[in-house]
Amino acid sequence: MKSIEELKAIREKTLKEMSIRENDDKVRIVVGMATCGIAAGAKPVMSAFIDELNKRNINNVNVTMTGCIGICRLEPVAEIFDANGEKTTYVKLDAEKARRIVAEHIVNQKPVTEFTVGAAER
Amino acid sequence: MVYRSHVLICNGTGCTASKAPELMARLEKELAAKGIEKEVKIVKTGCFGLCEKGPILVIYPEGATYCHVTPDDIEEIVNEHLVKGRIVKRLLLGDKDAEDVAKSLDNVEFFSRQYRIALRNCGVINPEVIDEYIAKDGYAALAKALTEMTPQQVIDEIKKSGLRGRGGGGFSTGMKWQFAAKEVNDQKYVCCNADEGDPGAFMDRSILEGDPHTLIEAMAIAGYAIGSNQGYIYVRAEYPIAVQRLNIAIEQAREYGLLGKNIFDTDFSFDLEIRLGAGAFVCGEETALMTSIEGHRGEPRTRPPFPAVKGLWEKPTILNNVETYANIPVILLKGADWFNTIGTEKSKGTKVFAIGGKINNTGLVEIPMGTTLREVIYDIGGGIPKGKKFKAAQTGGPSGGCIPASHIDTPIDYDNLIALGSMMGSGGLIVMDEDNCMVDIAKFFLEFTVDESCGKCPPCRIGTKRMYEILERITSGKGEEGDIEKLETLAESIKQGALCGLGQTAPNPVLSTIKYFRDEYEAHVKEHRCPSGVCKAMLKYTIISDKCKGCSLCSKKCPVSAISGEIKKPYLIDQSKCIKCGVCMDVCKFAAIEKK
Repeated sequence: MKSIEELKAIREKTLKEMSIRENDDKVRIVVGMATCGIAAGAKPVMSAFIDELNKRNINNVNVTMTGCIGICRLEPVAEIFDANGEKTTYVKLDAEKARRIVAEHIVNQKPVTEFTVGAAER
Repeated sequence: MVYRSHVLICNGTGCTASKAPELMARLEKELAAKGIEKEVKIVKTGCFGLCEKGPILVIYPEGATYCHVTPDDIEEIVNEHLVKGRIVKRLLLGDKDAEDVAKSLDNVEFFSRQYRIALRNCGVINPEVIDEYIAKDGYAALAKALTEMTPQQVIDEIKKSGLRGRGGGGFSTGMKWQFAAKEVNDQKYVCCNADEGDPGAFMDRSILEGDPHTLIEAMAIAGYAIGSNQGYIYVRAEYPIAVQRLNIAIEQAREYGLLGKNIFDTDFSFDLEIRLGAGAFVCGEETALMTSIEGHRGEPRTRPPFPAVKGLWEKPTILNNVETYANIPVILLKGADWFNTIGTEKSKGTKVFAIGGKINNTGLVEIPMGTTLREVIYDIGGGIPKGKKFKAAQTGGPSGGCIPASHIDTPIDYDNLIALGSMMGSGGLIVMDEDNCMVDIAKFFLEFTVDESCGKCPPCRIGTKRMYEILERITSGKGEEGDIEKLETLAESIKQGALCGLGQTAPNPVLSTIKYFRDEYEAHVKEHRCPSGVCKAMLKYTIISDKCKGCSLCSKKCPVSAISGEIKKPYLIDQSKCIKCGVCMDVCKFAAIEKK
């Protein structure tokens, strides 16, 4: 290492990897991973979220999981908590839908209405 | 690579001893079995400070802190938390019913009352990965010093910060550096005292194990400030994990060019070497430490000349303690003015204390100077087990003294402790409750210094031994009139006559316990009685005949058959046979046995 720029580059890169350990107000994607969710295919959905975020170099989003939220018939379910506390509930997900949610909701900040619980129940 | 979850496992000495490596292995196995090993990252960290609750495991992003984790708990944690997202509440630290566990680590009073500067990265980063240290602003202070500051500016900043040595006497760090910088010599040295010898203190070990790069960075900064290109870390061989992580850290720093020639493309070159000590207490004394680095037997010499003038191999040398160094990078980055806002008028910043003894939360805490002993013991330390009464706290280890309950509201800083007849020392804090005998405590610490005296000067070698003999007599019920006065006279002469800090401070535990608990000494000497019931020779177990139901249990359990009697009639203890083991008292169901 010969310059401060190199030091900064390492710092930025590693900070991104470690950002998960910070408890600040970040966007959270919470995937339902109870038995019902897993049986309905929550696992590939979770992997798709992580993979897509990685591909797009997005590091201010936490992907976590939760138990059953009680709408097992609509699993796999994922909820997105925006930084301002707004919550969007997506249902009947698959890997493809998860990738679109990252692209449209996370990147462009436009919820994908057609996948939400409201749309499914209409 | 971004993971959805990070599992931090404490790998400090404490948690390693309670099977942390086994936890890591089990975790790897379970993650692989569930096929989520690519989603969850296992991070080995240094000490979280809550050793009492170890092994500790923290899972992010939830921040759930699990304590007392056993290898058999791992399967449940993986299944419930990492697969299903359900926090395993029974293993949680603190309030197990709390709804919001998301910030549990910060919410626990043990952590929320602390202010972490020296321990900032302990339990946060992986100490074996230099990138994680860099991510936490590591080596940025070195870069700033080398490219934006002159050596004198670095020294001025440290002087202005008011930082004082965290290892003992509390001498101004900036002044120390200034003295060495002023010397003109072709070779100067930067040394680190990592020979933590104070029984019960382990903050230096935790920094070495949890954040070794901070030491490397700070020593390089010190090298730049005083004009030295070589440093030595003197660490005891009894700290194998610390030594191993230091070696890894030095290797990584060299690979990145943060140690070696022309650091950050400047003219400044600096390298480090580790020297292992054999764990002699006297080698924590600066001149003895340097003699030991040189390869000789660790014995102190007279000062002056001070090390800043003639130190290692007779060259100008600075020696600071690990915790002192750990403050340096933060001071340079955030500025002396920021550091000045923390602490008291003459003691700036924070101090790490290793709390042990009769306390609920045994562990490591970093608090701003000026925090009261009451806050440390009751708010952070969680109070005294079994609701017992606080009697005194020993600070400064065998060189320090005790602070009695009447001074529990004294703000802790260098000067207040000295005024009370104790000292900061390296920060060991041993809490004693009503069951502790102060004469016995003084004897314990003195025994340590008698053992550790290097033998070079007679006041320490012979004087402490004589004091110990008197204490032994007192605690075995053979104290004589005038013993307390003899102890005081001897103590004063040793303090004046001893060659180095070890001898000069060795009588402190005795003097301070006499000062605050003279009545206990007098009870031992005049009445041949130990008020706390600790000194065995003066104890007497008797059966209260009114309460004894004659069940014969005590007589059956007595290992020396000292108890006899007739069933359903009061039993009797034969005092000539009794070895005072206390078994009878433990087994008696009617509280019919009395200890006096």
